[in-house]
Order: sequence, then C-alpha cells, then structure tokens
Amino acid sequence: MIPAAFDYRRADGLDDVLAALATDAPVTLLAGGQSLLPLLKLRLAEVGTLLDIGRIPELHGVRVRDEGGIAIGATTTWNEILEDPLVAAHAPLLRQVVAGIGDVQVRNRGTIGGSVAHADPAADIVPALLALDATIALRSATSRRAGPADGFFRGPFETVRRSDELIVEIRIPALPAGAGGAWEAVSQPASGWSIAAAAAVLAVSDGRISHARVALGGAGECGVRAKAVEAALVDRPATPETLTAAASAATEGIAVQGDLHADAAYRTSVARVVVRRALEAARARAAG
Amino acid sequence: MRPVIRRIHREVRRVPQEVSLVVNGVDRRVSVEPRRMLAELLRDDLGLTGTNLGCDTTQCGACTVLLDGRAVKSCSVLALQAEGSSVTTIEGLAEGGTLHPLQTAFAECHGLQCGFCTPGMILAAADLIARDPDPAPETVRHALEGNLCRCTGYHTIVDAVLAGAAAMRDDGAAR
Ligand SMILES: Cc1cc2nc3c(=O)[nH]c(=O)nc-3n(C[C@H](O)[C@H](O)[C@H](O)COP(=O)(O)OP(=O)(O)OC[C@H]3O[C@@H](n4cnc5c(N)ncnc54)[C@H](O)[C@@H]3O)c2cc1C
Ligand code: FES
Ligand code: FES
Repeated sequence: MIPAAFDYRRADGLDDVLAALATDAPVTLLAGGQSLLPLLKLRLAEVGTLLDIGRIPELHGVRVRDEGGIAIGATTTWNEILEDPLVAAHAPLLRQVVAGIGDVQVRNRGTIGGSVAHADPAADIVPALLALDATIALRSATSRRAGPADGFFRGPFETVRRSDELIVEIRIPALPAGAGGAWEAVSQPASGWSIAAAAAVLAVSDGRISHARVALGGAGECGVRAKAVEAALVDRPATPETLTAAASAATEGIAVQGDLHADAAYRTSVARVVVRRALEAARARAAG
Repeated sequence: MRPVIRRIHREVRRVPQEVSLVVNGVDRRVSVEPRRMLAELLRDDLGLTGTNLGCDTTQCGACTVLLDGRAVKSCSVLALQAEGSSVTTIEGLAEGGTLHPLQTAFAECHGLQCGFCTPGMILAAADLIARDPDPAPETVRHALEGNLCRCTGYHTIVDAVLAGAAAMRDDGAAR
C-alpha cells in the first residue's frame, strides 16, 4: 500500500515548526505517524509536505509544574508515559488508560499530542483528560494559549486548534486530596478500540461525594463529559445506590453513534455499564 | 482557492532524500523517496526479506523490527524517520552460525508452523525481554497483542518466548 507522493522534512527546532505552520502552504505535522501514516497508505488522506516533529526536545518528556500537577510534552510516546515515574506518582489513572492503547508497537511510536490533535471519537486518552481536568497548551508563531480539554474536542476528528497552532503540552493538575480515579472500557476484540469507555474521578468527604468528573469515549461523536452523571453524584451520599442511579444517566445529552460493531442501542447499554464500573472502582480508591 | 490547493497537492514529489542508519550493526546510506516505508527500505533496498509484510496497515505485526531497541511496525514508519537510528531485523539476531536463544526456543517449542509471523513475534518478544527478563505468561500474551498468527493458536508461541527468556537469563548468568 503506497501513499500518494509527498515531501518530507525533519523540523529544525520549535521555531521552525511554528514558522512553517504560519505560511500560506501549511505543512502537515508528523509525530508518531500511527494515525497519519495508515491514513496516507489507505489514501484516505493526501498531504503536500510532512514536517516531522518527533525529535524536538522542548516537546518531549514529563515535568512537574510549579503550580502543581505535571505537564506531558506533545511528542511523548505512550510507552514513555507508561514508564515515567512522575506519571505513576501524579496520574495513575493515565497509566491505566495508556496501558490499554493499541499494542506495544503502537505505544512505542504513538504520541499523546498526536492522539489529542487527531481527536478520534474513540481515542482513549480523551475521556481520561476530561476526567482529570487536563489543559491543552497550544502555540503559534504569534500566540500562546491553554484551555481546558473540556471544550477542546468538537466532533469526530475536529478540535478548536487553528491550523497555525501546535499542541505543545498536556497539563494534568493535582487531583483534590483523597480523590480516586478509574478507567473501564469494553473493546472491539479484533481492533482493540473501545466500543465505550469511561473515566471517573471521585472525592468523598463526610460520606458524601464532594467532587465528580466522569467522561465517556467511543460512544458519542467525540469524547465528552457525562455531566448528567456528575450532577447525579455531587453532594449525594457515596453509596452503591447513588453510583448505580447516576450511571443510568451515562448517555443523557450525548448523541450515541452506531457502527457495524455496535449499534447505538447496544453502545448506550455498554456506556452505562462502563460508567457504573468506573464509578465503583473510583469510589473504592477514594479516601473517606 | 480550491483549484490551487488541488494543484499543490497533486504535484508529484519524488525527489529522493538520503537516509543514514545502522542496520544490524552495519552503517547504511540509502536514497529513498519520502513515501518509502522502513519495511520497504529493509526488504527492497537492502534485501533483508526476513522482515515480512502481512497486512501493510499496522494490524498484524509481521513487519516488526527493533528501532533503537524498541519494537515498531516497520510498515508504518517512514524510512526517513529512521535517520540516525539503529535497526535490528531478524537477520541481525543470530551471532555467526549460532541462533539467538529466542530463535532456538521457537524451533524447539514448535512456536511456528508456516513461519510468516515468526520474525515479528521474535522481535516483539525481544523488546519485552529487554524490559522484563522474567515475564509471566500473561505478560507475554499482553506484549504480543500486536502480532497475529494464523497457524499456531499462540500457546506454543508463549511457551517459546518463556523458554527463550529463560535461556537468555542463563546466558546472562553464564557471562
Ligand atoms: C493498530 C492500532 C491500534 C490503535 N489502537 C488505539 C486504541 O486502542 N486507542 C487509542 O486511543 N488509539 C489507538 N490507536 C491510535 C494511536 O494512539 C495513535 O498513535 C494516536 O492516535 C496518534 O498519535 P501519533 O503520534 O501517531 O500521531 P500522528 O499519526 O503522527 O498524527 C496524527 C494527527 O495529529 C497531528 N499532530 C500530531 N502531533 C501534533 C501536535 N503536537 N500538534 C498539532 N497537531 C499534531 C498530525 O498532523 C496528524 O493530523 C491505534 C493505532 C493503531 C495503528
Ligand atoms: S505488515 Fe506491518 S503490521 Fe502488518
Ligand atoms: S506460524 Fe503461520 S502465521 Fe504464525
């Protein structure tokens, strides 16, 4: 399978990338290539010039932020995230999610920034970032901005990123004290992609739920917060009954998509199940 | 605007670029079209046909090689992305006439039938054992998730990887 011809250039640093994105004939960024190269080979996409951003030191690695929490450089690969001690200490939920993405070979190449930019409706990292209140940091030649993951994803393969902007890092804030996080997914066995996946972060104080973030992937047009579930949790007693009742609202307000692997009705039931399981596991991990 | 964009995108770019890399310990310099995949460079430019192409779409793992020590699907890495890197293919594992312990284990445990998936299986296993010299059977199964076999039913492959890992630990201890 041979893609249509294109030019290739390895970026010579961050400024080079930002300058290239600002020109009239913009380049297409190449990170791990695990989404883009298959698309090119299947001729579902054609590009003029690929600009390889895979080896820019400023875009790579995990650091602790002065404000608390961690920042993960856009071109950090899935396996680098899995093996990073800062991620293990600060964001165990992220590790749990990343361990299930694709296979070893895909995780050795694929990057967090590439997945966020690509915005596949079933991208596993998206619900995790929503539940963790993550921030996406972008740069262009003339601007810098950082906004919440909630609002960044607009639809299938669509984000609020402008064509002259580069995703530079993903910021994960510190969780509320004592919070517990969990991830549950039901996957299509042949491809490993999630039919529906849920990420949940819960904190409990005096027996009541004080903080709830719940997000769904795979079910809707893009990863989304399940705000109806969150509303049915906060300020309520942290009992199994509360969790089960809240989970039944998993897809409320979400346009559930069907495909040849799972029609919308089946996806809706799977979504409720993964949300309930994620809530139960998050509750078990939360203090109080 | 649109016709212009089409023209830009349709313009055929076949200007080859040079890529320098180390393949199985040997320095190589090859001129490739930008769209050439690492698998094609290995097979067609260097004649290393032990790296098999199965699906050619990132699904089956037959094309797995080690790129700077980590398993990748060479059908989905551009040859130019390997600039300055070190690549290990199945041809690079045996030392002289002596098979690598994983190769011996695959033969002894019947870890292959047609053998098409075997180079990729062995290199994916080599990545695992480099990070986890004494993996549990469950860990082996998880690590080989990206490698499909149409013949064996996988049990003997897992046996082979466990036996190969044990032999590599013994080798290491003997050294
Ligand atoms: C067999 C297989 C199985 C997979 N299974 C899963 C799975 O189970 N779950 C899952 O979530 N994913 C899965 N994936 C997708 C995988 O996670 C991809 O690696 C990821 O979606 C894209 O990352 P990349 O670095 O490879 O991006 P690339 O393919 O290099 O790029 C993807 C897109 O993002 C753009 N881009 C890249 N980096 C940036 C940046 N910093 N700023 C702006 N734009 C950028 C590119 O221009 C391109 O349009 C699978 C992929 C394969 C091949
Ligand atoms: S040939 Fe590369 S994964 Fe199948
Ligand atoms: S031995 Fe035939 S595909 Fe694995």
